[in-house]
Amino acid sequence: MALVIRAVRGRRHPRPSLTRAVLAVSAAALVATTAGCGSSGSSSGSGNSSGAMRDGFSQAPQSSGPLTVWVDSTRVPAAQAYAKAHPNVKVNIVTYDGDANGSNTLQTKVELYDRTGSGWPDVVFSAENNEASWTVPAGFTAPLNEGLIPSSTLDNFATGALDPCTVDGKVYCLRNDLAMVVLWYNAKLMKQWGYQVPTTWPQYEQLGEEVAKQHPGYIVGNAGDTFTPEIYMWASQCQANNITSIRAVTVNVTSPECTRMASLLDTLIKAGSMSTLSVFSTAFDKNEKGKVLMLPGPAWFGGAVFDSSSGLNTPKGQIAVAAVPQWPGSAAPSTGNVGGGLWLVSAHSTHLTEAVDFATWVTGNNVYQAELAPGYPAYAPAASAWLTNQAKSGYYTDNIAPVLQQAAGQVWSGWGYGTFSQEAIWASTIDPGLTAGKTIVSMLPAWQSAITDHAQADGYQVSSH
Amino acid sequence: MSSAPITGAAGTRRRRAPRPLRAGHVFVAGYVILLVAFGIIPTAYGIYFAFTNAGNRFAGLSNFMAAARDFRYLPAVEHVGLYLVIWLIALVVFVTGLALVLHQLPARRTGRTVRFLYYIPGALAGAASVMVWLFMLDPTVSPAAPFLRLLGYGTFSQVIQPGHLAILFAMIAFWTGAGGWIVVMYGALNNIPLDVIEAARIDGAGGWQIAQRIQIPMLRKWIVYMVILAFAVGTQLFVEPQLISEASLGVAGRDYSLNQLSYDFAFQNNNVNYAAAISVELLVICLVVAAVFVTRSRFFDAD
Repeated sequence: MALVIRAVRGRRHPRPSLTRAVLAVSAAALVATTAGCGSSGSSSGSGNSSGAMRDGFSQAPQSSGPLTVWVDSTRVPAAQAYAKAHPNVKVNIVTYDGDANGSNTLQTKVELYDRTGSGWPDVVFSAENNEASWTVPAGFTAPLNEGLIPSSTLDNFATGALDPCTVDGKVYCLRNDLAMVVLWYNAKLMKQWGYQVPTTWPQYEQLGEEVAKQHPGYIVGNAGDTFTPEIYMWASQCQANNITSIRAVTVNVTSPECTRMASLLDTLIKAGSMSTLSVFSTAFDKNEKGKVLMLPGPAWFGGAVFDSSSGLNTPKGQIAVAAVPQWPGSAAPSTGNVGGGLWLVSAHSTHLTEAVDFATWVTGNNVYQAELAPGYPAYAPAASAWLTNQAKSGYYTDNIAPVLQQAAGQVWSGWGYGTFSQEAIWASTIDPGLTAGKTIVSMLPAWQSAITDHAQADGYQVSSH
Repeated sequence: MSSAPITGAAGTRRRRAPRPLRAGHVFVAGYVILLVAFGIIPTAYGIYFAFTNAGNRFAGLSNFMAAARDFRYLPAVEHVGLYLVIWLIALVVFVTGLALVLHQLPARRTGRTVRFLYYIPGALAGAASVMVWLFMLDPTVSPAAPFLRLLGYGTFSQVIQPGHLAILFAMIAFWTGAGGWIVVMYGALNNIPLDVIEAARIDGAGGWQIAQRIQIPMLRKWIVYMVILAFAVGTQLFVEPQLISEASLGVAGRDYSLNQLSYDFAFQNNNVNYAAAISVELLVICLVVAAVFVTRSRFFDAD
């Protein structure tokens, strides 16, 4: 039922000219407003009525003009590179927060544009992988595999990379990068202190406790980010976000898969070798600079946290990467995933050719993806070129390609992409408790009910087993 | 709604006193147009949404019931209630107190400087002054870091623990809004006839007694006026928690106030009708409280 309402509301576009006219007239118009409300309501679904059905959706009449592109600050170079390579296309670059950390900016704006009937950007970058869960019912994104982009291009994306974009077999976005979780570590310190890189979580926990005793102040991980559950809980196959259909989710966070990881985190937080600061906080850069022995985290941590002047700024020749530890006895290796952005093409765009060209260029062209991109490209040919460049830079102690390539195929598929933000829920439920000194294990029931509440508010059927 | 009768009345009266009335209408018209465009029409639109469903059919009170049953509703009511208690008490006590102190200051120049200082924060736009506080509350960048550390808070997340939020928001609101009210109260104090104060002094009243027996009673209407407006602003708490929420990446302040919940309903859950229902509730509460204060304090009685 909620889904039906959503679909109807999404397509509603009140006529802006009417609203404006009403505003211009003063007191006497008040009576007319009530009528205005009624008539705008009855114009349901008129948004694209003038357009023609092509490429699997109703398209607005095409025209020339500047291409409006929304990106986060990290993706500005991508848009600039496109503009430079295409001097004949006028690109209007708008920077926004990238919808990161469940900020919901994009949905807020799009719903306003839906009401006014204009203003949508042509192409949008989003750091959230769950956009398709609302953009598709709202009719905001254009399906890309129905004629806009040839399947030969789409097939070049890594296996499973377009899963977050796919609804009922239609692809509604292009993946920017893959963000599988790996174990970053300081090879120089590990060697100096005679430690072995852990391959199982119990080994990791043991090493964490040793480090806390032998080298106080050094950390083996970080649990203070909104995406902490996507690093640890996802890798541990914790059933917190098992989206089973478009409006159904299974949540069971008191299962052994969740408690084992929660108690590992609790142990190391208590010991002092697991930080509870956000890796993007000024306090983290200040306190942990040079003190990170290990850091489980996504593929983009290398460029965004270690080799970054605004991050830890770790010198060349220290950092290496290994596969994320595993739990003994699990059938197949599994890891988590933190973001890996998406490019969405607006179904309302009046410059579809340029918009599609932009989206395929920024995801697939080596000028951006191999040379400038901080993360592991989702487009496979660009990924090989990117890995070659990383090896050439000599920043890492070893070739990081084999580990990343292997991890790319090991992201556990039991963690889905719902409308509600797991990051926002973890942030408001678990983080304040951690600050107050509570254990994660003791907060798991609260986490369970918070996920349930938020999912239900978004119209999901929630089951706990 | 009542615009038609007003113009009619003006037409009949025009013959008796043409000039001043016409000028008055011109002056008021500017306000009336804005009031209608940005006050009455949006309110009517909101009320329309509050009583209809997604299919634009009359829905009775179902939007109100459903919004109140949401898991975020009761906590939001509690948060806003607690915040209002702290803020209104602080506002009445400190604004009146500081205005009295300001009024007692003997040196003119000091008085002028202090008045200016009180007023400055209010001159910053709402969101900008909250931004200032984001820096104040983060021990890694705050000029007040030693003080925060003294209280035992070494990180931003320790400062913005859930239990602290009501007090923090009240502090921010006081800092941004109280200065203007102090200046208003100061003006009101200046309006108290000097001979009344003189008479009291001759009768042997000290500064404290004058404040208690003469100045505060004579300020009563101004205080009531401040409380009515502050209550309306306070129930609509939004900018402070929203910015704290963005700055803390959602750790604190998300869904904190009723207005935020309304915003979430509209833009996250895609339910304008629930959002409108909450807005209408806030409007009704403010109107009722204002009515109670106005009648109980005999606000419109002539002295």
